[in-house]
Amino acid sequence: MKKRIISILMENEPGALSRVVGLFSQRGYNIDSLNVAPTNDLSLSRLTLTTVCDDLVTEQITKQLNKLIDVVKVLDISEGRHIEREMMLIKVKAKADQRTEVKRCSDIFRGQIVDVGTTYYTVMLDGDSAKLDGFIEALGDISVLEVVRTGVCGIARSEKSLSL
Amino acid sequence: MTEMLSGGDALIRALKDEGVELVFGYPGGAALHIYDAIFRQQDVEHILVRHEQAATHAADGYARTSGKVGTVLVTSGPGATNAVTGIATAYMDSIPMVVISGQVPSSKIGEDAFQETDMVGVSRPVVKHSFLVKDAKDIPMTIKKAYHIARTGRPGPVVVDIPKDVTNPHDKFEYSYPETIDIRSYQPVKKGHPGQIRKAMKTVLAAKRPIIYIGGGAVQSDSSDQIRKLVDELGYPVTNTLMGLGAYPGTSEKNLGMLGMHGTYESNMAMHHADVILVLGARLDDRTTNNTKKYCPDATIVHVDIDPTTISKTIQCDIPIVGPLEEVVGDMLDYLEENAQRADEKDLATWWEQCNNWREQHSIYLKPNHEPSKGEMIKPQDVLKALYKVTNGDAIVCSDVGQHQMFAAQYYHFDKPRQWINSGGLGTMGFGLPAAMGAIFADRDTPVACVTGEGSIQMCIQELSTCSQYHLPVKIINVNNQALGMVKQWQDMNYEGRYSQSLYEESLPDFIKLAEAYGHVGIKVTKFEELEEKMAECFAMTDRVVFMDIYVDPMEHVYPMHVPEGSMRDMWVSKTERI
Repeated sequence: MKKRIISILMENEPGALSRVVGLFSQRGYNIDSLNVAPTNDLSLSRLTLTTVCDDLVTEQITKQLNKLIDVVKVLDISEGRHIEREMMLIKVKAKADQRTEVKRCSDIFRGQIVDVGTTYYTVMLDGDSAKLDGFIEALGDISVLEVVRTGVCGIARSEKSLSL
Repeated sequence: MTEMLSGGDALIRALKDEGVELVFGYPGGAALHIYDAIFRQQDVEHILVRHEQAATHAADGYARTSGKVGTVLVTSGPGATNAVTGIATAYMDSIPMVVISGQVPSSKIGEDAFQETDMVGVSRPVVKHSFLVKDAKDIPMTIKKAYHIARTGRPGPVVVDIPKDVTNPHDKFEYSYPETIDIRSYQPVKKGHPGQIRKAMKTVLAAKRPIIYIGGGAVQSDSSDQIRKLVDELGYPVTNTLMGLGAYPGTSEKNLGMLGMHGTYESNMAMHHADVILVLGARLDDRTTNNTKKYCPDATIVHVDIDPTTISKTIQCDIPIVGPLEEVVGDMLDYLEENAQRADEKDLATWWEQCNNWREQHSIYLKPNHEPSKGEMIKPQDVLKALYKVTNGDAIVCSDVGQHQMFAAQYYHFDKPRQWINSGGLGTMGFGLPAAMGAIFADRDTPVACVTGEGSIQMCIQELSTCSQYHLPVKIINVNNQALGMVKQWQDMNYEGRYSQSLYEESLPDFIKLAEAYGHVGIKVTKFEELEEKMAECFAMTDRVVFMDIYVDPMEHVYPMHVPEGSMRDMWVSKTERI
């Protein structure tokens, strides 16, 4: 069992996303994160999802995805060298001496404080998912008010690209 | 020259231009513009069924018999949801079908309008693809795409949902039907990989204990002739899945019979002991494999299928070939022509000796596994044997679901493809009668029998009325055991005979009177000695619907039967003997 990042190029059409999501629930696969947006070619959307499964299930997932009529191409980018990024907005309680602690932690993780209130900070942070998890852990006793994560997006580290 | 047509007229014209001759359907509010367009033309014939489920099953039976795409037209809401069971049935068995559903007007979608259902959403898990048409101008292209998707690659049902305003007779546009189609995200594979085919053939030819395993894909792709040549050339034993019956002649000496849960002893034994299994157009589903962990331990599996998802889905495959079966088998024949090497004759002879030994031990065809019928004790197996005899094995047999279905699969030896029509994947009770109606529309010259039980037939019995309206002389063979036989069998075997909700307790209708009420002929059979004669009488009435209500032994079970969680070779071969 390992984490997979599956990248899908699909028709930018209503209903296409529900077919992908429906496939996962219908066949009992899990989705850990998912994001989708149009590409530079507006007729196409790029969807990235992460899931944890073994090789056999990954093979079935990619084959089942390819079978969907709206799906143009599918690639398990975690199979090869790749870049993985996720962005997180995190709102934490920050009063008195906690404020310097949050600021320091954010600097260490190369985050940015993007909003400030008298009782809170909102930090923006990007990186791979493990780094974002690490930041939350590093906050220790500081209470987290809200976490918003984009889900993973990724791209292969070679000239090979997922395009038409 | 272009023509100005409304959406409704354009839809029907597009069907005509696509070559559609028949539509099975049922009208309703959201589809009324379309029904008016049907009224004003002669090219596309509409068959009015009595329930939308039957429309889909009839289109399905038509598709399975003819090889063409079946077409269904229903209204929104309940019309659409009633069709879903039939769509799911077609999806599981890879049957090409286009289902056109009316939808509430675009402006009302999402408002919970009268008879509104999100048909694209409801049907999504059981369709190959679906469309919601938002503009009348898109109708011709959508219909072209729908039929293309339904019939190519691994066939399947496609839903086209059309809001009522899109078919408005007052909004006209320039109609033209596209001649060709190219969908960039849908490119079904056209050839098998030559390297894989060579590798497969080397393995197949090096086999000592080979078996050729033929599934429904062989029927769907019309590969029977090619497969027959391949089997003749190789001389290997053959087995069929339930869906593959008829793809290779059932009466051939090389055919060990159906495999799987209720497959023959010889087929299941040969599978378990095989060293190479050549799978042609099958998906190795749970009813054929038994426990996948104990599946055919010595076998190298060569799997040919048009759909890559069927490969290594349940059973890890050793040599996969993705491609159209007729092409791949054609390439295999070419390979055999170019290469003189064949399987070792001695090994093959030993293997055949072993297979024939298994036949002699427990073949249901050589040694009946049931008591003989006598007087008022008619064994259901003998009903199917009589049907086979009376029809000379030439009928199209449309089955419902249950014990009678398995008996038909076991005892009617199908020699031709598209002769055996049944709901194998979804197991839809109620399928038989409407499917038989569809089969008659596809083939008016061959007798069509609906093998059913008193449980299944009551799930779509309303279609006796459709049979009257369109003069569809179905011969209904009701194997009446006064119980839900297969449920009862499982309750006997696994629940110590606690017949929970599987008995009718004297509530069955008088099927003879019922048939007569619809203007049909009813024949009741309670004595074995009259069975064959009355069946001959039934089939002699070529232009009538005949309902044969045949009372059979309610205690009979279907055997062989796989022992749950066992391997292919673990079977009950009779009520008392377990192998």
